[in-house]
Amino acid sequence: MNPITPIINGMKITLKHMFMKPVTLQYPTERPKVAKRFRGLHALNVSHDKAKCVACYLCPTVCPAKCITVEAAEDANHDKYASVYEIDMLRCIFCGYCVEACPVDAVKMTEEFELANYNRKDFIYSKERLLVK
Amino acid sequence: MGIEILGLPLMYYIAMVAKVLVAFVFVLLTVAYATYAERKIIGHMQVRLGPMRTGWHGLLQPIADGVKLFFKEEIVPSQASTFAFLVAPLIALIPAFITFAVIPFGGVIEVAGYKIPLQIAAYYDTAAGQVFDVNVGVLYILAMSSLGVYGIVLAGWASNSKYSLMGGLRASAQMISYELAAGLSIIAVFMLSGTLSLTKIVELQSGFGGFEWYLFKQPLAAFMFFICSLAEINRTPFDLPEAETELVSGFCTEYSSMKYAMFFMAEYANMVTVCALTVTLFLGGWNGPMAVAIPLLGPVYFVAKVYFLMFVCMWIRATLPRYRYDQLMHLGWKVFIPVALVNIIVTGIIGYLI
Repeated sequence: MNPITPIINGMKITLKHMFMKPVTLQYPTERPKVAKRFRGLHALNVSHDKAKCVACYLCPTVCPAKCITVEAAEDANHDKYASVYEIDMLRCIFCGYCVEACPVDAVKMTEEFELANYNRKDFIYSKERLLVK
Repeated sequence: MGIEILGLPLMYYIAMVAKVLVAFVFVLLTVAYATYAERKIIGHMQVRLGPMRTGWHGLLQPIADGVKLFFKEEIVPSQASTFAFLVAPLIALIPAFITFAVIPFGGVIEVAGYKIPLQIAAYYDTAAGQVFDVNVGVLYILAMSSLGVYGIVLAGWASNSKYSLMGGLRASAQMISYELAAGLSIIAVFMLSGTLSLTKIVELQSGFGGFEWYLFKQPLAAFMFFICSLAEINRTPFDLPEAETELVSGFCTEYSSMKYAMFFMAEYANMVTVCALTVTLFLGGWNGPMAVAIPLLGPVYFVAKVYFLMFVCMWIRATLPRYRYDQLMHLGWKVFIPVALVNIIVTGIIGYLI
């Protein structure tokens, strides 16, 4: 093979690519299409104005990153509920095991992915921040 | 007519200053927007967008870059040779700009009864009725373009850094190897033209409605000259003096702020000059359909051809990876120089027979 042909072929390819539609996403103005089953920020499902969570400790048990803190308590109806439910987003690996483990469908994952913050303590999501609005 | 200074009419000086200003501003703007065009073109060739945020489709990007570089901290390494370190960017920049002095960018235009040839170092002699320019214009360009490498070598030496020195060494070796081949390849053109004056060379290519280009008579020489010029001005795929992957940034490793910007301006100005020279020697200069009848079309054709060649430079940059050092030397000494010599001999034989 002579040395000129590959160069010409390469130049043809670059010229062809110049007229293709760029794949760039102009991020803050253009938003990416997030899949339905995307594993983003967690949320606690609500039923009858309170979290569905029964503080069974299955999610902190299954969590491989040990990022979930749950403390159980008893409410006025003698029902078990989570008085503390915290997820440390700096440790979370977004594996979704907590969602799979939950027997009462109390935890879900949303399409929210912009989790940047200025302080470390802001990454610890309390129960109030996690509740579905 | 009117006031005369040193035996030349006042209009001569006005025209001269105007031509210098126009050419200088044109080269400066082209340099600024060549960086933008390069980023855009390479971006699109890589199916990206390139700069988009500063101004409409990133059009203010070169200005933003300039302002940023201007306000950066000037750093002179403590062990550097200060004077040479400061002077090197200027030595690289000035020859890049002054080469434009002899390149004809248009025919003769008439302003207020005074005929002005569109070439900086030229004037129209009304008594003789012809244009006088530097009759060794090509030699001047070759001399100036080889001066530019001193800036790079000096920068490499004065920085007192291994990478810079290696970059400078590579630049000088590359320059010497490829200047020979470039010089030899354009000798074939001079054998056809019989003159070194760029105005005459452009005039000789004006046949066939402005399409009697030396490109068609000397395709090999044109190809070799363009490639060797790319190597001389350190453009990819011959950008070994900078070689980010091996030499950090080569000769400009230790440079910052405006001095760094000057090296980049020199690189792009050299690109403009080399493209303009290739256009003048091989692509018929400012010739084109109707260029003689309508003098203002000349500069338009010239600029269009120069921009096309600059696009080719960027296209090559987007396509080819950098040559290895031994490949570069092999290509220069064992391919281009022998082929250029054979080309001269063949041109001579054909010229003798016809």
